[in-house]
Amino acid sequence: MNSKTKKYAMVIDTRLCVGCGACVAACKMENQVPEGLHRDWIVEQVTGTYPNLSMEIRSERCNHCSNAPCITSCPTGASHRKEGTNIVVVTANKCTGCKACMASCPYNARFVMPDGYVSKCTFCEHRLDEGLDPACAAACPTHAISFGNLHDKMSHVSKLLKVRKYKTIIPEAGTEPNIFYLL
Amino acid sequence: MLGKISRREFIKIAGTGVGALAVGGSLYKLASDVIFNNDDNGPVVKTPTYCEMCTYQCAGWVYKKGTAPWKIVGNELDEHCYGRMCTKGLSGLGAYLDPNRLKTPLIRKKERGKQVFKEASWDEAFAYIADKMEYIKQKYGPESVALFSHGSGGHWFKTLLKAYGTNSFAAPSYANCRGPREEGYVLTYGEPIDTPERTDMKNTKCLVLIGSHIGENTHSQQVIEFSQAVANGASIIVVDPRFSVAASKAKYWLPIKPGTDIALLLAWMHVLIYDELFDKRYVFNNTVGFEQLKQSVKNTTPEWAYPITSIQPELIRETAKEMAKCSPATIIHPGRHNVWYGDDTQRVRAGAILNALLGSWGRKGGFFYPEKVELPEYPTPPFPHPKKSFKDAVNNKYELANLIVSSGICDATIHNVMNGNSFYEGWFIYGSNLLKALPQQEKTIKALQDLELVVVVDILPTEITGWADVVLPDTTYLERYDDIRTSQGRTPQIALRMPAFNPKYNSRPAWWIAKNLAEKMGLGDYFPWKTIEEYLDYKLKAVGTSLEEMKQVGVKNFERQTPLYITGSQLSRLDTPSGKIELYSSTLASYGFDPIPTYTKHEDPPKGYYRLLYGRSPFHSFARTINNPILSQLQNENAVWVHPTVAQEWGLKNGQYVKLENQDSVVSNKVKVKVTERIRPDCVYMVHGFGSRQKHLKRAFKKGADDQQLITKVNVDPVMGGQAMHGNFVTFKV
Ligand code: SF4
Ligand code: SF4
Ligand code: SF4
Repeated sequence: MNSKTKKYAMVIDTRLCVGCGACVAACKMENQVPEGLHRDWIVEQVTGTYPNLSMEIRSERCNHCSNAPCITSCPTGASHRKEGTNIVVVTANKCTGCKACMASCPYNARFVMPDGYVSKCTFCEHRLDEGLDPACAAACPTHAISFGNLHDKMSHVSKLLKVRKYKTIIPEAGTEPNIFYLL
Repeated sequence: MLGKISRREFIKIAGTGVGALAVGGSLYKLASDVIFNNDDNGPVVKTPTYCEMCTYQCAGWVYKKGTAPWKIVGNELDEHCYGRMCTKGLSGLGAYLDPNRLKTPLIRKKERGKQVFKEASWDEAFAYIADKMEYIKQKYGPESVALFSHGSGGHWFKTLLKAYGTNSFAAPSYANCRGPREEGYVLTYGEPIDTPERTDMKNTKCLVLIGSHIGENTHSQQVIEFSQAVANGASIIVVDPRFSVAASKAKYWLPIKPGTDIALLLAWMHVLIYDELFDKRYVFNNTVGFEQLKQSVKNTTPEWAYPITSIQPELIRETAKEMAKCSPATIIHPGRHNVWYGDDTQRVRAGAILNALLGSWGRKGGFFYPEKVELPEYPTPPFPHPKKSFKDAVNNKYELANLIVSSGICDATIHNVMNGNSFYEGWFIYGSNLLKALPQQEKTIKALQDLELVVVVDILPTEITGWADVVLPDTTYLERYDDIRTSQGRTPQIALRMPAFNPKYNSRPAWWIAKNLAEKMGLGDYFPWKTIEEYLDYKLKAVGTSLEEMKQVGVKNFERQTPLYITGSQLSRLDTPSGKIELYSSTLASYGFDPIPTYTKHEDPPKGYYRLLYGRSPFHSFARTINNPILSQLQNENAVWVHPTVAQEWGLKNGQYVKLENQDSVVSNKVKVKVTERIRPDCVYMVHGFGSRQKHLKRAFKKGADDQQLITKVNVDPVMGGQAMHGNFVTFKV
């Protein structure tokens, strides 16, 4: 990726997320995700024993990895990057439903649509084209989800990653995720 | 750790049974229509609404692609939600799309509860009701008809029944939920808290939540302002036997022994007063009864509270200091669902008194002064004066209750309870599934069996519809106009709900049902407008806007007339007998109650039993959304939370199904075990509203356990009749 491309990232504040699932509902409605399937989901992780406890709550989805195994494993080229961005998308009519991408994704982010092709989070690319935030970010009542371009040093996401501690999920898989969790 | 949580495990955590829902309901059809025929669907249109998924009424926009439903989003102008609706609000289309909706009026054919009905026309249904209502009026008097209602549409039925001649209007939200809070604050400050809450959470520096789990309870404004407080670095103090989501965000979590909250509140008062941490000028200027309070809490030291509450004295002191340090920008949050142990008005009052000591009423970061827009009523003939009132029905029990207690209506309905004279002969039930909303289901059923007439107006075939003589299918809020929303807030504002869709099936809007039934009953004069648009436009024009304008904006904000907070430390006259904040309540004293809250011990669970606690999930409200085709994808059953040592004792595994049996031998439906450190070993916890026994609710039927069924023991709040429900104990049936 050269610096002219947009490096979109989502920065999610685990201190603010309450696990309410508004992001899940907003995504389902915005993208008309069929019954029983989800492009995003919530994980809660409890550590310690009563009463010395802590809990982290995270909203998770496709990481739009900079080093995306789903793209390299896709035999038809259906999984690819949206031009000029790092967004990983699937072209439905090129997808044969072979599930190679699903097997290679360490985040379990992909699923098969009722019509047989594979789908997942698109960072709501259709909304970005209109200058809107992704639906999940726009809906989150706690403003836990921020979205923007990391190649722009002045973007809110760039600034957040400068001042706050953060992590990514399963960094050891070497996928270079673009969803960051503020601690 | 991280890598171990797979997607599938998430599903368990979130409680979804995704696999079980692979049936193609109408939602699925809708989804595929839109995805594949996008171009044919035409332009995107949006229609203003306010939400009815709970009673918070957040304003939003309904989006359609052509005529196909797409999504609902919050209205940016709205202070209920600041443009961000909660999970339930975002999923409101599910209510409209639910294939199990009531489709046409029904008239009962066999005995009540048997659920054998014949389909009827609206005219037949109205004729049936009008006949029976006339009979009841002649034989028993119009006062013997009661209305239970919940939600916006109830308004129209109040008008109908006022015109008929009764004033017995009950809402489960009073005696079974918020009543103690409103009365506790009326007694102390002369005003209720009301909805949306007047808490200035976004500016607060210290927020104290007692048994109030904001985040899991997702009234939009409250969650949004709570997270603003967290983001601003406010000190959050959470008192809860359960490690709630809010507790996980807190600076201090006090894992209190259930039922002992008043002891903690008194200990906090002791520290504030005896360590002289309270706001002296404010208390001097604005309160009565300080000396009595000081005497009363003389011995309620943190050391006294420790063995009662199991909270360390140092922690009690430290948190009291934190509150004082941040005051007056400190809020002891009044909570919402307050009916726990039967001394609830007193417990809420204890919190209210703490707020007074901290000087937070009327101060920035504490409690602001709300304002609302007053809209005129559409002119009608004067309503008849009922000869008897609901106060007579309950023999003037609970004189401090400002509304009728729903269980009081049940008592006054059952033959042979009130010295053989039952007071009520007819019930109208609008939008409230009484068998889920009231504890002691058997009592409700007895009352239902003794009535001359039961009319249920609802959207879904809930448990209560099975007991109706006539069932009238209401539309969802997305298919109708309702009255103008005018509610209190920082900014006086109004909101419009207009239909985004035509009524599905043979359902009709609440206003239409009430107006047409009124005409059948000869009471048409009380609905003098020809169209609902005319009614709304009349009211809107009176405040300088119009239906046309409201259709464009959805929400309209008005200028405030008075300041949001006081300046300095002098409150103006309050609506209490003394005109001041009543630390000592002479009203309570004159009715023979404690004028200052005191601690009383509550029963502990017997050996082998655990206290049943219940609460809310962000995915559902009450018991009314569990069949929602969208929300049931997020959570379709509840789980019982069990501490690991208890699980081990009973040999319970995470995810296994058990039944629960309460102290009165009532056994629940099977429910999944969630083994978690997040709960004390002496209690179990579950989300309210599941375990439906209505087979017509296909997605909800028998999913999870019904907490309400297990609540057979109810401690009644002697002050206002609140029905306290945290006093039940359960054991496991493996
Ligand atoms: S909407 Fe926001 S707060 Fe709610 S679960 Fe999603 S990220 Fe968390
Ligand atoms: S970015 Fe869009 S597609 Fe991805 S999870 Fe959020 S709402 Fe869904
Ligand atoms: S809090 Fe949620 S369910 Fe309640 S009115 Fe607001 S958006 Fe609707």
